[in-house]
Amino acid sequence: MSTRITYREAVREALREALAADPRVFLMGEDVGRYGGCFAVSKGLLEEFGEERIRDTPLAESGFVGAGIGAALGGMRPIVEIMTGNFSLLALDQIINTAATLCHMSGGQFHVPLVIRMGTGAGRQLAAQHSHSFEGWYAHVPGIRIAVPATIDDARGMLRAALASPDPVLIFEPISLYNMEGEVTEAASAVRLEGAAIRRPGRDLSVITSGASLWKCLEAADALASEGVEAEVIDLRMLRPLDDAMLLESLARTHRALVVDEGWRSVGLAAEVGMRLVEQGFYELDAPVARVCTAEVPIPYPRHLEEAALPSAPVIAEAARRLVGHAK
Amino acid sequence: MSVRTARAGRERVLGLLAAMLRIRQFEETCARLYGEGKIRGFVHLCNGEEAVAVGVMATLGPGDAIVSTYREHGHALARGIPMDAVMAEMYGKATGCSRGRGGSMHLFDAATRFYGGNAIVGGGLPLAVGLALAEKMQGRKGLAACFFGEGAAAEGEFHESLNLAALWRLPVLFICENNLYAMGTALERSQSQTSIAARGAAYGLPSEAVSGMDVFAVAEAAGRAVASIRNGGGPVLLEMCTYRLRAHSMFDAQLYRDKAEVEAWQKRGPIVSLTTRAKAAALMTEEDYQRLLAAADAEVDEAVRFAEDSPWEPAADLGRFVYAEAGSP
Repeated sequence: MSTRITYREAVREALREALAADPRVFLMGEDVGRYGGCFAVSKGLLEEFGEERIRDTPLAESGFVGAGIGAALGGMRPIVEIMTGNFSLLALDQIINTAATLCHMSGGQFHVPLVIRMGTGAGRQLAAQHSHSFEGWYAHVPGIRIAVPATIDDARGMLRAALASPDPVLIFEPISLYNMEGEVTEAASAVRLEGAAIRRPGRDLSVITSGASLWKCLEAADALASEGVEAEVIDLRMLRPLDDAMLLESLARTHRALVVDEGWRSVGLAAEVGMRLVEQGFYELDAPVARVCTAEVPIPYPRHLEEAALPSAPVIAEAARRLVGHAK
Repeated sequence: MSVRTARAGRERVLGLLAAMLRIRQFEETCARLYGEGKIRGFVHLCNGEEAVAVGVMATLGPGDAIVSTYREHGHALARGIPMDAVMAEMYGKATGCSRGRGGSMHLFDAATRFYGGNAIVGGGLPLAVGLALAEKMQGRKGLAACFFGEGAAAEGEFHESLNLAALWRLPVLFICENNLYAMGTALERSQSQTSIAARGAAYGLPSEAVSGMDVFAVAEAAGRAVASIRNGGGPVLLEMCTYRLRAHSMFDAQLYRDKAEVEAWQKRGPIVSLTTRAKAAALMTEEDYQRLLAAADAEVDEAVRFAEDSPWEPAADLGRFVYAEAGSP
């Protein structure tokens, strides 16, 4: 049995299920209640669960994220929504200095079972203070787990898995996917907070990506298939911990790797993934690891410039062609 | 001598004095051990501020949560974390209250609900708000007692936290230890409104400035605040006017304040003032004082011995506790 819903509805269903299942769970953030969430994710939840559990907060990211940490320490299972990754920088102190450190600094006495959800990425013409992709940045930090649901099943299932984690989990929801429609399958109920996933098998190269870029990579893979090139598309799903084993397994089959990331190229996620392949899979490589990343600019407002800045299916396909041709 | 002091009675005087002396002697020993290279890192001693820790903790119950700062040895000891474990933490030993992972600035203890030792100025305030929210949402009667310095009042998290706590009427006791200096920067040189109590009032919190050098005044004000909070009155802010008698940390030449100023405050220190008043009221004698001092020294000596004899955590365990381990609650 399957149902066709939007990504937004999948997250909302996950929230509803979590709130209904566990009285310790509550949602707080800016405009999550009466407004229904800045991307309308939590619409209707206030009416269903009331003000105690669907809490509108002041515009105080550090304050309410820190309060989420405290509430988690105090026995609750808070879900904190931050409107966008850019705004999460106002809560960076609490996320990095407190949530990520408490377990270790306390010698394992205290845990922070906090889930922070935030919108990430570009594609909605929201310009340079709403559109950036910081999930790779956050993945630099030990003590937190970084999840990036790219599919309807993951949007539906990752929250439950995150709430079951005793550690802080940051879920990055690509804002360009909220309107995407798809099926919720049985797999959604078995979603785990670990491991990458092969979204399209292939033998000629491994295309490794996450978030909204997954769909551009799949589009590129379709184009490549018509040319006889079979790309294996891997969705990282989790940026911390990274699933090295699956990446290396894929590389052992394809011997070529292209990393696609909506973050910037310099000192970023794509560099980390590429380096892991080189460190652990150098002798499997028939060509240098290649990357397609966002141009090194703050994301601009006009549609054509925003599109030019981001990885696109044609650019990904072209990079794949170069990679496959390289050793021929 | 105030009537209040007279009423307090000999037993109470001795109890409070003993609690302050064990903190003072602990701190003095930390300073010595730092000089000997036994304790490293940043160490912030609370000499002069003992009355705040002791007076506030005396009013709290075991179900209350404590959030503290990097100058928290006194809070930890007054809360009841065993001195052995606190001293072992200074050494970084595996028997420390944070298994040696935290050091002086990061004392933690689940048994007494002591949520740290936070070295980010202002960083603990939102945490206290959340702990209080958890108490309220779960229908428990505990409150969150949050210590911070006056320097934190310049941080955004102070304002965000007071606003949120007042807005949601959460059971938080905000205790500002106003020792007049944020590291080396005097309050009047860094903040336009030097009354922290006035800041609290601006957010609608009952707020009061209290002599942090008078352990009775501290305990009385904290007792009233705790009662009000437990009755559902919402958060309260207490500005404890105190003074740090030692340097900010062990790397501080104290160029920013006069020796005469420090000496003047030493005469008003919480231990000397209590002792003087209690002796004048015939509630204690010099022998009592010497006996309590010796007991504090003996406890500190024993804690040092425990720390010295304790094992280091094996380096092979370095990667533990970054994430919760299997079987953790």
